[in-house]
Amino acid sequence: MAKEIIELIVNGDRYEVAVEPWRTLAEVLREDLNLTGTKIGCNQGDCGACTVLMEGRSVSSCLTLAAEAHQREIVTIEGLAQGPEDLHPLQEAFVEHGAVQCGYCTPGMILSAKHLLDHNPTPSEQEIRQGLSGNLCRCTGYSKIVEAIGAAAAKMAPAGEGE
Amino acid sequence: MNHNPKIIGASIPRLDGKDKVTGRALYTDDLKFPGMLYGALHRSRLPHARIKKVDTSAAKKIKGVKDVVTGADTPQIKYGNWRLVPGSQDELPLAVDKVRFIGDEIAAVCAVDRETAIKAAEAIEVEYEELPAIYSVEEATAEGAPLLHDESPGNVSLTREISYGDLEGLLAQADYVREDFFKVHAVSHAYLEPCSSIAVPEEGGRVTLYTSTQTPYIVQCLLASTLDIPENHVRVVKTQVGGGFGGKMEMRPWEFAAAFMALRTGRPVKFTLTRSDELAFGRRRHPMSIRSKVGFTKDGKLLAKDFEVMLDGGAYNAMGPTATFLCGTFGNMLYNFQAYRYRGRHVYTNKPPASAMRGFGAPQAAFAQESQMNMAAEELGIDPIDLRLINAMETGDVIPDVATISSCGFKESLEKVRQVSGWDAKRKEKKPGVGLGIGCFSFISGGVFNWFNTKYNFAAAEVTVYPDGTAQLNTMACDIGQGPDTVLRQILAAELGIGIEKIRLVSMDTALTPKADLGTWGSRVTLMNGNAIIDAAKKIKDMLKPVLFDHLDLNQIHEIAFEDDRVLVKANPKKSMSFGECVYHALRGRRGEPLTARGYYTPRDKGLVSPAFSFGAQVAEVAVDQDTGLVTVTNTYTAHDCGVAINKMAVEGQLEGAIQMGLGYTLSEAFVMEQGRTLNTSFLDYKMPAAEDMPPSTYVEVETYEPEGPFGAKEAGEGLAIPTAPAIADAVYQATGFRALELPITPEKVLKGIGRLK
Ligand code: FES
Ligand code: FES
Repeated sequence: MAKEIIELIVNGDRYEVAVEPWRTLAEVLREDLNLTGTKIGCNQGDCGACTVLMEGRSVSSCLTLAAEAHQREIVTIEGLAQGPEDLHPLQEAFVEHGAVQCGYCTPGMILSAKHLLDHNPTPSEQEIRQGLSGNLCRCTGYSKIVEAIGAAAAKMAPAGEGE
Repeated sequence: MNHNPKIIGASIPRLDGKDKVTGRALYTDDLKFPGMLYGALHRSRLPHARIKKVDTSAAKKIKGVKDVVTGADTPQIKYGNWRLVPGSQDELPLAVDKVRFIGDEIAAVCAVDRETAIKAAEAIEVEYEELPAIYSVEEATAEGAPLLHDESPGNVSLTREISYGDLEGLLAQADYVREDFFKVHAVSHAYLEPCSSIAVPEEGGRVTLYTSTQTPYIVQCLLASTLDIPENHVRVVKTQVGGGFGGKMEMRPWEFAAAFMALRTGRPVKFTLTRSDELAFGRRRHPMSIRSKVGFTKDGKLLAKDFEVMLDGGAYNAMGPTATFLCGTFGNMLYNFQAYRYRGRHVYTNKPPASAMRGFGAPQAAFAQESQMNMAAEELGIDPIDLRLINAMETGDVIPDVATISSCGFKESLEKVRQVSGWDAKRKEKKPGVGLGIGCFSFISGGVFNWFNTKYNFAAAEVTVYPDGTAQLNTMACDIGQGPDTVLRQILAAELGIGIEKIRLVSMDTALTPKADLGTWGSRVTLMNGNAIIDAAKKIKDMLKPVLFDHLDLNQIHEIAFEDDRVLVKANPKKSMSFGECVYHALRGRRGEPLTARGYYTPRDKGLVSPAFSFGAQVAEVAVDQDTGLVTVTNTYTAHDCGVAINKMAVEGQLEGAIQMGLGYTLSEAFVMEQGRTLNTSFLDYKMPAAEDMPPSTYVEVETYEPEGPFGAKEAGEGLAIPTAPAIADAVYQATGFRALELPITPEKVLKGIGRLK
């Protein structure tokens, strides 16, 4: 099938890629752009490991065609930290609170959490759990993930807003 | 015991955490090599058939296909983890004459890209002669059942029997005897990372395999034997692994196919499974049919137990023999009684092979044992916790022919869980639809039995120290998410008295790390590798101590301590030297020979099963909707004796993860099978608990000191996966009067149980 040239803006960088129309965003990120931080746990839209932000919305990149992402702003896990030692508060909290075990669900979890906090900076525990409803984890039982997101929210909230 | 509380027992965040939260951590499928080809498998479409012909001509003609192999092209050497019993090695990497389950691997292809490889695999034509198939242990062991393996009459591949004491006599004497039948089902490990492997050809007919495994050394040995090349022609490198839970502890056909075709084509070959491959064809937990008969005195003393288990092994042995042995062991753990008889049979059926999964036979055995304890307690009119206290094992107790319990916090766990769960009050107030139940567990800290028949020690460590005050630890121990890359460095840091950040780790590369480590299973890593590391560190310290004696002209009665990056005289801590300086002088004294030491651990004279056992008790609280039959777990309380927890946060992580798995096992996870075919092959249809499904959990540590463990530690990874099912089942009974003897406890079963559904 004929390839088409698409333009992706990933973590602020512009890429031109020739892709077959059936290729998913997850594949193109991982295979063409070598951004392997985005994980594929199911390729069926059910586990959330492949979650990225597209125009600020969290999407399953395994269900998104690369062509749909043409000229869109994408944020992947690689785009969250400001520098190798300068982690995003969510990333920091995930490490500190033991929210990471095997780490395979982690990039997707963090991006779902980012999406949640962008829209609701002071979520309740229940809201955090709901915000993770599309992300599966087999290692942690979610408790420390929920804890970490709560801690990051508290840290990020402007003074007076956090609990 | 005196050790650095800043290191041992501290909640040190895992050292690979940063890599994992930034996306830098590399898992096998993240790797690419120049010229790499992509592999795909052709799998059996029938549950049981003779292969008459495999036609690969159409596949070979597809442009971009570089190799197509069938069983006929391979050395046809059978493999299996039980090398000690060669007759148990019943699997071929690619089938030759027969297939035994839907998904059995028949052929493999590699091509320039994944799509071409998949197309080619689909283009392979297999001519079958279909054979009658069997799907349950009952069918498989019936008279005249078709045979899966000619060598195993009656489809039983292995029988394990244990017998001691006067069983018949004691059962006859008992005031109260009951016999029950239980059935448990298969579930998926459901690690989030699908299996992936890349083989890279090396000079001299050698091969390097990057793979998602929890047992690199086993993979190295079995890959070499199936390829028919020397063991050290194979180098296995474990990447980051996205969970294993027992599902990645064998050599797998795609590892063989990748290596075999890499050697044939001279190019790297990658295989990555899909989630539907994993769910449809992957390893799973053993379904079991269990009969248990117990006899008590009227005041609750357990006298004897007759325990019989049939394990539904699927098409091959896999780790089934170990599960068959361990079920027998777990059947007489926790409680003391005088007579025991166990008969376990591993049975073949035409389904994907079952294998090791977190708990390794114990979740199944405990569902029966613990449910039966709860039933007996009710009939004896004794509180279930009291009944357990009457019979509970203690430190120093002996399991006949098996082990002496060197540390045991079981009674304390029972008392603690009674207290934190509010047991006494809550069990008294009976509210319809609400209930509280209990389940207990014990688990091994590594196995003693050498089924792999390794010629090496069970665990090994190599430690080198440098004049800059740092150390390097080389170990084959496998971090698959549970945390030994951090915990083992804690152990070395504590023993050498240096900061954990000073330790570099080289792990899980069979060419660079000392032989051997048997891998991550049986909750063996912390205890066995920890002991090997301490052994190596002690040798390093012996190299360093003379420096201080010499420099300070010390009387030989002095003892030397290692703390806070310093080496010091114990009786006079002011007399000291930095660790790095001490290494510098030692190096000079050795005329440049590096300070490297190797340490080893093999459990010796530790009985037949394990050098140490964990214990614990869990209470679950449920609410049952009497109209829909839906069970909601509203709370769990756990008290747990894992010896000294080296890393508290990591232990909690194990507990919380285990509850998720236990919850799924009990309530929602199950394979839907029809004629040997798995129908639910996505996470949409295979339902594991999500964040919203998780109950709050309270956790109390009961600290004991395990003399055989490093710094007093024992296992924490698997035991916790055991108690949830019987605890929930008991709670459901308290809430509804329906006692589930079969898992999972679905709404339908509950409604039938309470008479709301016919
Ligand atoms: S990989 Fe996309 S949702 Fe699982
Ligand atoms: S940390 Fe392993 S799947 Fe979440």
